[in-house]
Amino acid sequence: MDMVEDVLAGRVRGIARMMSRAEAGGGDCRAALAEIYRHTGRAHVVGLTGVPGSGKSVLARVLAQAIRASGRKVGIVAVDPSSPFSGGAILGDRVRMTGLSGDPGVFIRSMATHGAVGGLARASLDSVDILDAAGFDIVVVETVGVGQDEVDILQAAHTIVVLSAPGLGDEIQAIKAGILEIADIHVVSKCDRADANRTLIDLKGMLTLGVAGGDGWQVPVLPTSAENDEGIGDLLAAIDAHRAHLEDSGGIALRRRRIAETRILRIVEDIVRARFAGRHDATLAGLLDRVMAREVDPYAAAMDMLAASPED
Amino acid sequence: MSEKTGVIRVLLAKVGLDGHDRGVKVVARCLRDAGMDVIYTGLHRTPEEVVDAAVQEDVDVLGVSLLSGAHMTILPRMIDLLRKTDADDIILMAGGVMPDEDVATLKKMGVGEVLLQDAPPETIVGTVRRLVAERGPR
Repeated sequence: MDMVEDVLAGRVRGIARMMSRAEAGGGDCRAALAEIYRHTGRAHVVGLTGVPGSGKSVLARVLAQAIRASGRKVGIVAVDPSSPFSGGAILGDRVRMTGLSGDPGVFIRSMATHGAVGGLARASLDSVDILDAAGFDIVVVETVGVGQDEVDILQAAHTIVVLSAPGLGDEIQAIKAGILEIADIHVVSKCDRADANRTLIDLKGMLTLGVAGGDGWQVPVLPTSAENDEGIGDLLAAIDAHRAHLEDSGGIALRRRRIAETRILRIVEDIVRARFAGRHDATLAGLLDRVMAREVDPYAAAMDMLAASPED
Repeated sequence: MSEKTGVIRVLLAKVGLDGHDRGVKVVARCLRDAGMDVIYTGLHRTPEEVVDAAVQEDVDVLGVSLLSGAHMTILPRMIDLLRKTDADDIILMAGGVMPDEDVATLKKMGVGEVLLQDAPPETIVGTVRRLVAERGPR
């Protein structure tokens, strides 16, 4: 298949077109993506997540520059939200990603969530596969700005970097469950700001309260400042150290398995949801009337809908 | 265009020494509200950067906002770059302030459409949809 060849040869247009096909999600691209998947497994996938405005895009840019300086190729998949009303999106991550242009060792793709929740778009992982197969050594996945528990990045990344910006909460925020727990590496961005130390201390305090995960990895808390070009080398070193740790401890196989597992389950969910979205109108309208009249509760209505659903 | 989802992808750019981005942001917003995916690159980009980005993003339409008077230098350069990258299926549109006689010349050179400062949002959305439909699926 021509397009698969283009991807495997690392041709920019081919990579870009294949990503569009994957995003459109038609059945005609599945064979090509299946072939591409057979060529994946070499790239190290780094997830970059954090609240809106914490500096993910800027960090992706400076991290990409550091990766290039180390002689490796880097792909970036940057996700921004779609409007819940019009379905449209403003994808603005590239505004922060200046200075990476004209380098064939860098490929940046922006994506809208198109209704997916959890911080990624449905085609994000296909795009990661495409970049992996195309020979990019490190793929950075930048999630949408997340809140407290959008942790879909778990199903994509080998190393998860969680960004916290100074001034957004105290040590109680830091011990809550959710996004902060998934970090392999914590980064406190904007450390040129005076209140950054407080955030560093809160995160470090949070980590000492917990029982170590048992895999022997000490989660570091790293200060960075893209403004002053500080801490970026340390971050790349920590990512490389985490990768080495996963490989030495055998943890990488577990992660790959976990990623594949959640991916499969998520695809099943998507297919089931799409199946209902296409066929539910009449059934749903009847059930809605009954729920509104308090004859049945939403759970019973859902069970009715499942029972009424054709198998395929 | 992504034929299955029908979502049109547009990249909007300010190129060269032109710091006025109010207009392009309004355009971005109205295309978003029309259900399109709009990639915005920010100010002071070079033609090379913008064409590079448009190719990686595989957009249907590349929209350039120019209020600086440099359109007769920048737009031909971008047409040239798109051809050299074998990406001339990406529709180039221009918007901003430019003389009528230049508009005619630019369209002859291969700019898909030029929309001036008085173009209402419906015209902008309609033009993008029309040009993408005319090009057809790729």
